[in-house]
Amino acid sequence: MELEVKVNGEQWMLNVAPADVLLDVLREHVGTKSTKIGCERGDCGSCTILMDGRTVRSCLVLAVEAEGHEIVTVEGISYEGLSELQNLFLRINAFQCGFCAPGIVLSATELLEHNPNPTRHDVQEALAGNLCRCTGYEPIIEAVLAAGRPESGPGQGETP
Amino acid sequence: MIAKEFEYRRPATLGEATHLLADHPGSVRVLAGGTDLVAWLRDDAVAPDLVVDIKDIPELRDIRLDGQTLHVGSLVTFTDLIESDLVHDHAPLLVEMAETVASPGIRNRATMVGNICSAVPSCDAGPVLLAYNTTVHVTGPNGSRSIDINDWFTGLRETARTEDEVVTHLAIEVPKHGGVYVKLMRYAGEDLAQAAVGIVVYPNLDYRVAFGALAPTPIRSTAIEAELQGKELDDALINRVVEMVPDEISPITDMRATAEYRTHITGVMLRRGLVAAVERLEGKGPEYGTRLI
Repeated sequence: MELEVKVNGEQWMLNVAPADVLLDVLREHVGTKSTKIGCERGDCGSCTILMDGRTVRSCLVLAVEAEGHEIVTVEGISYEGLSELQNLFLRINAFQCGFCAPGIVLSATELLEHNPNPTRHDVQEALAGNLCRCTGYEPIIEAVLAAGRPESGPGQGETP
Repeated sequence: MIAKEFEYRRPATLGEATHLLADHPGSVRVLAGGTDLVAWLRDDAVAPDLVVDIKDIPELRDIRLDGQTLHVGSLVTFTDLIESDLVHDHAPLLVEMAETVASPGIRNRATMVGNICSAVPSCDAGPVLLAYNTTVHVTGPNGSRSIDINDWFTGLRETARTEDEVVTHLAIEVPKHGGVYVKLMRYAGEDLAQAAVGIVVYPNLDYRVAFGALAPTPIRSTAIEAELQGKELDDALINRVVEMVPDEISPITDMRATAEYRTHITGVMLRRGLVAAVERLEGKGPEYGTRLI
């Protein structure tokens, strides 16, 4: 089947089978390798993408369902340099192995879009479906909270 | 990866959808949010020849209030419920329930109707819709019919919907009421229910009590409701109905909890839930969304 979909601002025409899962199509046809293959059943959050601005689990979406929709991955929010949130992740050392980071950055991006000044509880709720097995979550929560504070200013992008 | 190939159609009208379903007996599935169906396709738990995606049928997206009846279309997601002023104002219990469903990335896709169509024992919408007076409206090739929610869950992952029917919407009666959804999870955040209690109480002290994850389907307890009927809550009454819990449920032991623990904790949840539901009816009590367990 022909699939016309916008990924990170670019229009793609893809040839996919109905049984192809969006996660696999993004990685193999489009080449957005930030979208990770984790549990493949919606529990771990590592395949999170933004679809029309909202987070979805790309492992639970058929590629053909994306027809006419707009998809953004971490590559798409980084074309013009890292976002403030990504810079804060760097500055606060909010990831270790990095496998969960694309999903967490996108979940936090959605949160901050709808709730620019989240509480700790809001952040915890927003990230409840994104598993991280390295950090213990605290630096991640700190980074998202810092991005929500108006006084934090733009991140400096320094690696610790 | 999904091993078995299938045909995919995305009809623009309900009539087209029901005819597609009717033309593929025994081997067709309806796709809405897909958070269950795609996982089941991957597991080979279902292997249809045809998947009918109903997301292009616009009338299935409605949330509207008609008098004291809230209509929730079959494409309304849990996020839609959480973000709807109408639902906040008239059925905050639905919001309290929706906020416990999985994670935002799932709630953005998963629909409340899909939740009761999948009909797993722990489906969060089940106990709440059973506690309300809810009617499920379906349309098939031979017209429309309505199914009382009490007749909806017919077995483990089975419902009264026939495979050539599409659920169009739920009609939920929302006169003045207090409600509560108490869900026990292993940890705060994202989990399936180990046990769940849904309660609605009306000003005439008509109580509705339903349970999730405690039997093969979500269930109502008409015996507990009858004991409560017309009475003001007091400690003795609450103790009596909590003692009835073991006879009303049939929990299993699995990796998430033992049957004994589920039975005990359900009594605790019923006790706290009844108090909160009555307080909320009176405009007091814990805000909707407050975790009681």
